[in-house]
Amino acid sequence: MPAIQAKGLERRFKGDIKAVDGIDLAIEPGEIYGFLGPNGAGKTTTVRMLVTLLMPTGGQALVAGHDVAKDPSAVRRNIGVALQEAALDPLMTGNELMLLQATLQGMSSKLAKERSVELIERVGLSEAADRRVGGYSGGMKRRLDLAMALVHGPSVLFLDEPTTGLDPSSRFQLWQEVSRLRTEGTTVFLTTQYLEEADQLADRVGIIADGKIVAEGTPDELKRESGASHLEINLAEGCDPSTAHQALAKIGAPEPAAEQRDVRVRLTDENAGVADAVRLLDDAGIMVEEIELVRPSLDDVFMEKTGRHLEGSGD
Amino acid sequence: MISATLALASRALTVALRRPQYLMPMLVFPSLLLAVNSGGLSQAQNLPGFPPVPSFFDFQIPAAISQSLLLGGVGTGIAVALELELGFFERLVAAPIPRSSIVLGRLLAAAAIAAVQVTWFLGLGMIFGHGVADGFIGALAVYAIGCTAAVGFAGIGLTLAFRAGNASSVQGIFPLVFVVLFLSSAFFPVDLLTSPVNEIARWNPLSYIATGMRAPIIGYGGTKAFLEGLAAAAGVAIFFGVLATHALHRRLRMG
Ligand SMILES: Nc1ncnc2c1ncn2[C@@H]1O[C@H](COP(=O)(O)OP(=O)(O)O)[C@@H](O)[C@H]1O
Ligand SMILES: [Mg+2]
Repeated sequence: MPAIQAKGLERRFKGDIKAVDGIDLAIEPGEIYGFLGPNGAGKTTTVRMLVTLLMPTGGQALVAGHDVAKDPSAVRRNIGVALQEAALDPLMTGNELMLLQATLQGMSSKLAKERSVELIERVGLSEAADRRVGGYSGGMKRRLDLAMALVHGPSVLFLDEPTTGLDPSSRFQLWQEVSRLRTEGTTVFLTTQYLEEADQLADRVGIIADGKIVAEGTPDELKRESGASHLEINLAEGCDPSTAHQALAKIGAPEPAAEQRDVRVRLTDENAGVADAVRLLDDAGIMVEEIELVRPSLDDVFMEKTGRHLEGSGD
Repeated sequence: MISATLALASRALTVALRRPQYLMPMLVFPSLLLAVNSGGLSQAQNLPGFPPVPSFFDFQIPAAISQSLLLGGVGTGIAVALELELGFFERLVAAPIPRSSIVLGRLLAAAAIAAVQVTWFLGLGMIFGHGVADGFIGALAVYAIGCTAAVGFAGIGLTLAFRAGNASSVQGIFPLVFVVLFLSSAFFPVDLLTSPVNEIARWNPLSYIATGMRAPIIGYGGTKAFLEGLAAAAGVAIFFGVLATHALHRRLRMG
């Protein structure tokens, strides 16, 4: 049975805003699923429904085998949640928050203490554990939030934009923690606006725009789907683009050239690369000034499906 | 359920004690008003119909306690509204605990803070007044009514917080509650109030709460006043405890 399953999940808000517009999900146990989309796409609304903080207005969802609408307490016992804004009380210490969370999850105080120490150590907060959270950096707060979400060893973990607003090194630290969960078999549902994050962390990515999943698959599948890699070439003075197209016919098909470029060729031979192209052009007596192999990114997938670029795709 | 409630209560208490700007006004403002009132209005005790009191200061202590406890209710409301605004509340809602323990934890913390408040004002009474006329048992009676009433006032604060969802609204609405204090016999014997205030005061549970705490302090009014006060406090506590729980459920349904 999938760890997370949704059918036609939908949430409308007042004013007939369809924040989530009928999405289907089937996420296997142990999978890290990246939910990628720009601001306002419906990621948080989806997470809030899956973690029982928000009632769906249509469709249904099962998390850890329990219906989010019919049996929310069973869902709550089996999941860990770190919401978009790490919601921590600035007047409490990291340790106190861990113990509180453990108690709320119904753990005995002995077990709570053991797990707290272990997890605080694991996210590298041992030294700060007795300081008030108000003095923590953004990265420390996110790591504490992650540790709290894991305190009861949930089978499914939800992370809503865990690295938004973090500097690159804090982001990297968090990525490492999430990657580690993969080896422990925890199912992770992670939302992000960052292509790179989805690409690096997720086994499978769902791209959401305007409340709908517009594409889904492994990062490689998605990129392949969005088209093959292509070559962008600038020729030396006096060389003819159509001669170049002929020379490269064996490995690629011509496409309209981008601005500032003379030739663009979509690779039809997946194994071909820059070296082959240069050799073929050289054999035909064509001089190359500049050549670039452009691989498709998840942003191309997004562009293709929605006609827009992802925000934060520059990161 | 019990361990979650206790954990939430102790957390609310810990945080309250770490925020001096939260606790101090609840003690300082009523103390100042107590000083001003007992200095400026002390001639009132010579009015015909005024009960025999050791001093006007002692008479005013229950008024100061009531006021302090009401401020405690505002504080609870604001604290929870801030949790709603900042998202901490969602952590509680996403946890596998009954909703009622979220409310009960807060009410329990309010009762514990009330014990500090009552102690403070009874302490002032010992220093500047004549202390509790009915002695140790009398003091226990004041604690019983005070802590119970505090639960009710915290219930009012919670209800407002769950309805409004933001701290500034809670802060804005609460002064109305103070009007209720002045429309009671907390500051003056009901027989000396003029119509329609005296009519309202006769129906106002705060009158009974204040009078109930006053009886053991001034040694006048006896068990009847105490029992009426405790009943009024319990009524307020149950009514607003239930109302707050409803408001929370309503809020969660609306999402
Ligand atoms: N409580 C709400 N009331 C009305 N509209 C909302 C509410 N929450 C979210 N929305 C709207 O739903 C859409 C999706 O929001 P959200 O799920 O927060 O997106 P994301 O997390 O992907 O940035 C947005 O247009 C947002 O304005
Ligand atoms: Mg969001």
